Amino acid sequence: MQSFAYVNATSVDKVASLLGRTWDEAQVIAGGTDLVGELKEHLISPKRVVNLKTIPGLSYIRQDAVALRIGALTTIADIESNPIVQKQFAALSQAAMVIASPQIRNVGTIGGNICQRPRCWYYRSEDFPCLKKGGDRCYAVAGINRYHAIFGGGPSYIVHPSDSAPALMALNGRVKIMTSTGPKEVGMDDFFTLPETSVRRENILKPNEIITEIILPNPTPNAKSLYLKVRERQSIDFALVSVAAMLTVVNGVCQEARIVLGGVAPIPWRTPDAETFLRGKKISEAVANSAAEAALEGAKPMRDNAYKVTIAKALVRRAVMALG
Amino acid sequence: MQQKMKKVKVTIQERGEPKEIEIEVPDDGQVGWGDVTQMKHIGQHIPRLDGVAKVTGKAKYTYDINLPGLLYGKILRSAHPRARVVKIDASKAMARPGVKAVLLPDDVKGLFNKECRYAGQEVAAVAATSPDIAEDALALIDVQYEKLPFVVDVDDAMKPDAAQVYGDRKNVSDPRVREQGDVAAGFATADVVVEATYRCQVQTHVALETHGTVARWDGDKLTVWASTQGVFSVRDELAKYFNLPATQVRVITEYMGGGFGAKFGARPEGIIAALLAKKAGAPVKLMLSRKEEHLTTGNRPSSIQQVKIGAKKDGTLVAYQRSNYGTGGVAGGAGIPAGPYIYAVPNFRVEQRDVSTNAGAQAAQRAPGHPQASFGMESVMDELAEKLGIDPLELRKKNDPNKTRQKEYDIAAQKIGWERRNKTPGAGSGTKKRGMGIGSCTWGGGGSGTKAQVTINNDGSVEVKCGTQDIGTGTKTIIAIITAEEFGLSPQDIQVRIGDTDFPPSGGSGGSTTAASVSPAIKSTTMLAKQKLFEVVAPKLGAQPADLVARDGKVFVKSDPSKSVAWKQATAQLADGPITIQGEWVAGYSDTGVAGTQFVEVEVDTETGHVQMLKVVAVHDCGLVIDRLTAESQVNGGVLMGVGYALYEDRILDSPTGHMVNANLEDYKVVGAMEVPEIEAIFYDEPHRGVIGLGEPPVIPTAGAIANAIYNACGARVRELPITPDKVLTALAQTQRKEG
Repeated sequence: MQSFAYVNATSVDKVASLLGRTWDEAQVIAGGTDLVGELKEHLISPKRVVNLKTIPGLSYIRQDAVALRIGALTTIADIESNPIVQKQFAALSQAAMVIASPQIRNVGTIGGNICQRPRCWYYRSEDFPCLKKGGDRCYAVAGINRYHAIFGGGPSYIVHPSDSAPALMALNGRVKIMTSTGPKEVGMDDFFTLPETSVRRENILKPNEIITEIILPNPTPNAKSLYLKVRERQSIDFALVSVAAMLTVVNGVCQEARIVLGGVAPIPWRTPDAETFLRGKKISEAVANSAAEAALEGAKPMRDNAYKVTIAKALVRRAVMALG
Repeated sequence: MQQKMKKVKVTIQERGEPKEIEIEVPDDGQVGWGDVTQMKHIGQHIPRLDGVAKVTGKAKYTYDINLPGLLYGKILRSAHPRARVVKIDASKAMARPGVKAVLLPDDVKGLFNKECRYAGQEVAAVAATSPDIAEDALALIDVQYEKLPFVVDVDDAMKPDAAQVYGDRKNVSDPRVREQGDVAAGFATADVVVEATYRCQVQTHVALETHGTVARWDGDKLTVWASTQGVFSVRDELAKYFNLPATQVRVITEYMGGGFGAKFGARPEGIIAALLAKKAGAPVKLMLSRKEEHLTTGNRPSSIQQVKIGAKKDGTLVAYQRSNYGTGGVAGGAGIPAGPYIYAVPNFRVEQRDVSTNAGAQAAQRAPGHPQASFGMESVMDELAEKLGIDPLELRKKNDPNKTRQKEYDIAAQKIGWERRNKTPGAGSGTKKRGMGIGSCTWGGGGSGTKAQVTINNDGSVEVKCGTQDIGTGTKTIIAIITAEEFGLSPQDIQVRIGDTDFPPSGGSGGSTTAASVSPAIKSTTMLAKQKLFEVVAPKLGAQPADLVARDGKVFVKSDPSKSVAWKQATAQLADGPITIQGEWVAGYSDTGVAGTQFVEVEVDTETGHVQMLKVVAVHDCGLVIDRLTAESQVNGGVLMGVGYALYEDRILDSPTGHMVNANLEDYKVVGAMEVPEIEAIFYDEPHRGVIGLGEPPVIPTAGAIANAIYNACGARVRELPITPDKVLTALAQTQRKEG
């Protein structure tokens, strides 16, 4: 990797001044499980790497009357083992449990997990100067696209790799961002960006901004959530397809639904048609099937990834039945 | 009197490939290991003696060797799958502070490539004071390539208009044909015929320790630490390259982290390390990266088998035909065993064609050719059984001429509960379905050509030196066990020294030959040493040497155990100093030719295509088992490598660019802890045959057995490895369409 200056940040307020106006100027490091790989493969060559771990007070899980607040530096392992998360925010704890491996969960942070860069093999290898690296094409189009997008693709066909992000979106989460002019909050639904708007980035963060907190509204009574993930290798693997869902069901009738697919699009993929369909329906096998069909309506498989549609339908069906 | 001779089969290594030959040895009419029921250590579960050193990091591998003034070597590799180096300018690299040596194509003949035939081929090399500087220096070498047409996909390479990998010949070789009987006449008598095509991917070796070398020159003497399966083959290759007498080259491999067939010779990176060290005048360490490992150090060739098989109604096989196309990249050698794998078919014709592609050369990998052949054969046998309406186990028993395997089938069937399996594939409700399948194997595993030296010191300490190497199978431990058994000591009492060309020579560790090569040498040498000791001790015990026994730390008279002397008292009587004996491999303590069968149970999620391994029952014969624990470890490792081959591993090359997309351990998926099934290793003990190797057989039948189990579980036949969820779902959809 190329040499760089290493700077320890000491407070959220001062971070913006350490970061740069461009990504080439500075990148942040927390757990480092994503960034180090990018540096070693020469995908990025920042002049400065800013260590966030030295900022005190950014690792916590606290609940108040309205919400659960998770500091951006909280490790995945801490989230996975937190009893409140396990009990009230099952989708998140279940997602945390299937992220990477125990070693990575011990150092990887929740902020890093939702901001992680794509795992697309064309992006991850320096042999391919792809769109995401400022090149002229998405190699997945003519290449091997079995792990690529069936929704929201073009001009790049990456999938968002995060397990926690679909869960946070299903749980109606918000992120707190420190900008150069002060803190702001944005819903998970508005945090991620499709390649058609920003082909080189996957979210709205500017080079001099960081996430400081995740906010999850306390679940309403009768709301239940889960996370299901299908991967080739159980020991450690990114999702082929995952689903995060939160359903509010009263007397067998669905009042509210949020269903988010992972591994199928460049961003965690909300399924509004399925959600709308479910509202007011009594949950049954047939309703679950129809919800699955609605969720996958409009999928555009590439040459090698039509199987993702089959898996996604199965997961939506299972999620609805399990929460119904 | 003329000595009676007998012919024995042994497996040797020829250009990295195991080859069975017949040799003549003295026939003394008996096998020497004696009564195994009386043995104290041989055949027991004995933890490997260097296990603690390995897991605590005390064991020093090539990677761990650090010498004063050590430099770090790195290799510049072709950025294109097919290109000609037009111009190369290393002036900036040479000017970089910390760079101590640069080697360019014109500096050395025949090592680097100006005509590059795959992405990753060696173009130049540097040595610098740190790995980072060496990497920087590579980037500073300015190479101008003339890009040329290439082909990396095996199907594309077979097309008539494909780019030619070698200008002077076609990509597809002429067929090598083997025939027996009359295949057309055979098919004419068949009641049932099955035709199908089976495909195997390219698998890389993925040894935990990458290839690499540390090279140091002391004047004209070269010392090399190498991660190798053959210290002597590395020595001889380096001596030849540098035109040195063998005495001037020493190769050391005390520990190494796996080879699986890809680490026999010095290889380009070994020679480059030595060249860089010579040029820089300082020792050089050159270890490859994981990416280089995938691209350039060898792989198991792919296989496309067009198979046709015919049988009578009762299941008797009558005819078999197979065309196999495989690619070993820029190398040939993609063949699989020439004939119907393990089953007897009176009429057959098999054709083998190698297909050149612009990809890294294949190398021998754990049972070269066999897993491919087994997958194709076991799959088609299952399809035939289905069409005949015969239990797949019964069809195998009917056509398998091997007597040992006939018994192993019954053991495995009973252990896994074969009668529990789905009688109708895919039967049952629910989305998670279980099924069982069978695969079987054959291998050689004989040995020869090892020398050893045993020293018994006056203080009773024992040292064994042997120039073999432990590629992870537990060689040190079995040497200690055999020595301890002979001397009546504990394995921990024996100092074993291996992995050094200064020790008595032994062959490369490949072809499952190590145990059968080393064990007889140790047995015969320790027997000679014991004889010497007995000659000294016998008079003091008032007995003949032949009447003595060494056991439980004592030497005593067999007929009167009260006449005894402790081991250390016995050795203290060695008035002429320590006993040092050189001995060698002799016939009678080893054999060749093994049979094995594996029954597996899996669970398939029919909605997601996920396959969960549940259980593998692996029944193998390997003659006399020296250490049951390390033998079981060999089975575990082989089965797991087979699971990876069946379900996950795949070297994927991007056709438009010719680059490998998964040259890492994220997308090149080897099994992890969650993929490990319950593995029951059962040995069909045949101690009277002596020692036979076991390293390779367990990898062979795994993939075929898994494919058959998946079919039995869900009724979907996947004919292509690795069997990933997309393929399972596609096959299921096809099955449903057929039914619907």
